[in-house]
Amino acid sequence: MSRAFSSELQNKIRGLAALYPSKQAALLPVLHLVQNERGSIAPEDERSVAEVIGIKPIKVREVVTFYTMFNRRPVGKYHVQVCSNLSCSLAGGERIVDYLKVKLGVRLGDTTSDGRFTLTEVECLGACEAAPCMMVNFDYYLNLDRDTVDRIFERLP
Amino acid sequence: MTTPIKNLTAHFELDNLFKIQVFMDGGGYRALKKVLAEGTSAQVLEAVKKANLRGRGGAGFPAGLKWGFVPKATDKPKYLCVNADEGEPGTFKDRYLLNHNPHLLIEGIVITSYAVGIHDAYIYIRGEYEAIARRLEGAIEEARVNGLLGKNILGSGFDLELRVHRGAGSYICGEETALLESLEGKRGNPRLKPPFPAFVGLFGCPTVINNVETLANVPSIIDHGPDWFLSQGRPNDGGTRIFGVSGAVNNPGIYELPVGTSLREIIETHAGGIKDGKKLKAVIPGGMSAPILRADEIDMPMDCESVAAAGSMIGSGAVIVIDEATPILEVLKKVAKFYAHESCGQCTPCRIGTSWIHKIVKRLAAGEGRKADLDTLLRLASNIKGRTLCPMGDAASLPVLSIIQKFRKELDATVKN
Repeated sequence: MSRAFSSELQNKIRGLAALYPSKQAALLPVLHLVQNERGSIAPEDERSVAEVIGIKPIKVREVVTFYTMFNRRPVGKYHVQVCSNLSCSLAGGERIVDYLKVKLGVRLGDTTSDGRFTLTEVECLGACEAAPCMMVNFDYYLNLDRDTVDRIFERLP
Repeated sequence: MTTPIKNLTAHFELDNLFKIQVFMDGGGYRALKKVLAEGTSAQVLEAVKKANLRGRGGAGFPAGLKWGFVPKATDKPKYLCVNADEGEPGTFKDRYLLNHNPHLLIEGIVITSYAVGIHDAYIYIRGEYEAIARRLEGAIEEARVNGLLGKNILGSGFDLELRVHRGAGSYICGEETALLESLEGKRGNPRLKPPFPAFVGLFGCPTVINNVETLANVPSIIDHGPDWFLSQGRPNDGGTRIFGVSGAVNNPGIYELPVGTSLREIIETHAGGIKDGKKLKAVIPGGMSAPILRADEIDMPMDCESVAAAGSMIGSGAVIVIDEATPILEVLKKVAKFYAHESCGQCTPCRIGTSWIHKIVKRLAAGEGRKADLDTLLRLASNIKGRTLCPMGDAASLPVLSIIQKFRKELDATVKN
């Protein structure tokens, strides 16, 4: 295995699996954990997860491909996800997406050549009162316009 | 003007309400102590039934009735799943509740579990609310340290384990049976009902599934009594609701108001009216899946039955306001894109129908619409409705049908050839 799990990660996974009446029930928390540590979930990671939990690899593949938050390909250091749903677009969300495409020089779904940013659209983030909004990794940014977007990006380390 | 009531949103101005001591200083956990000291589970169930507490997640099902379905005598464990998935576009009220007052939810969870005889509960929270999930875990730990969760709660002999479980970006997992599948570590494909979760739910065991706001109402029903709760709302739909107003209003935000407050008042008075002095064009009164209303249809009390009688639904209480400057085609485009993206793919009418609708709407939006397109959309949407395992088929078709039926003229004008 080229991306073998450390024994520490394996222990964490087993710890999560022990919290549930069925081992498979730990799959979402386990996949969040693996993605946090590795940035994405590669096919080898799916197999390792299946092995450590003791379920069939197909069960892991089914789940990884169903949920949009699991990245099957690497993403940039900062995953920028802009809400494209109704309340945000009523407040100019699409203009924020267009602005970011130009600012970062990428199309939706792509990563900048320096590996810093991946830009995607996302469905409703549940912050419609402060539209338009976006998530950079797990941080929410609200009431966006071009200036606030510029300031947010300037402050990112 | 209806006076806003601070029941669920009391003390929200405090930035440390999420800490257990602050919550307790304001009377928190009083209802739980009362129940464990002098109440029986039957009394709690009776009070919640009498209060006519209806679900705040979307379907509006009476909570007490739901709890009553769970078999009393069973050799299986029973589970409580708290639906904190909050994915219905336009909805953000639970984010406020969870963030500001996690202990109110925990108190509601413990009382509910006691009433139904549950010893294991899960909060299924949408994956994007990662920071809130951590806050909840902190609150759960505080409650445990204070003897309010875990073994032998407050010396009563009642045990309850509570865990937070994060989703991973899937709208359909807010549907109760998809939520159960997801919690079991599977794809969020909804289950065929019956059997209903009250009998065969999580891990094949009897399960109660309630929305965050629904459970957050339970402590005050116990504390002040069902009559007090009923008197705030409507005779068959008690209490307050946290309306979340977004879109073209001056003051978007959450407004806790009595159930039955008029939609016009919510928009014009509480949310400050339409932005930039524009006129109202349309309102989606209960999250994106609720059929759209025209500007002349908003003199309506916001309670489950009145909104249903007007041909829409109160859903999650998420009010999306659309002004005259917004082309209705833009709204249709967002609706079509969302449901095509979120269909789980299990039922053919929804899987194929939502994508087909999306393709045609994109064509309309690109100015390449054909004469037959609008009628094709109506036919497609009608063929999804009622023909899927879960309510998402209706959720995807009703907005499309209502938008076309109510704004046909405007849409016709977008079709050139």
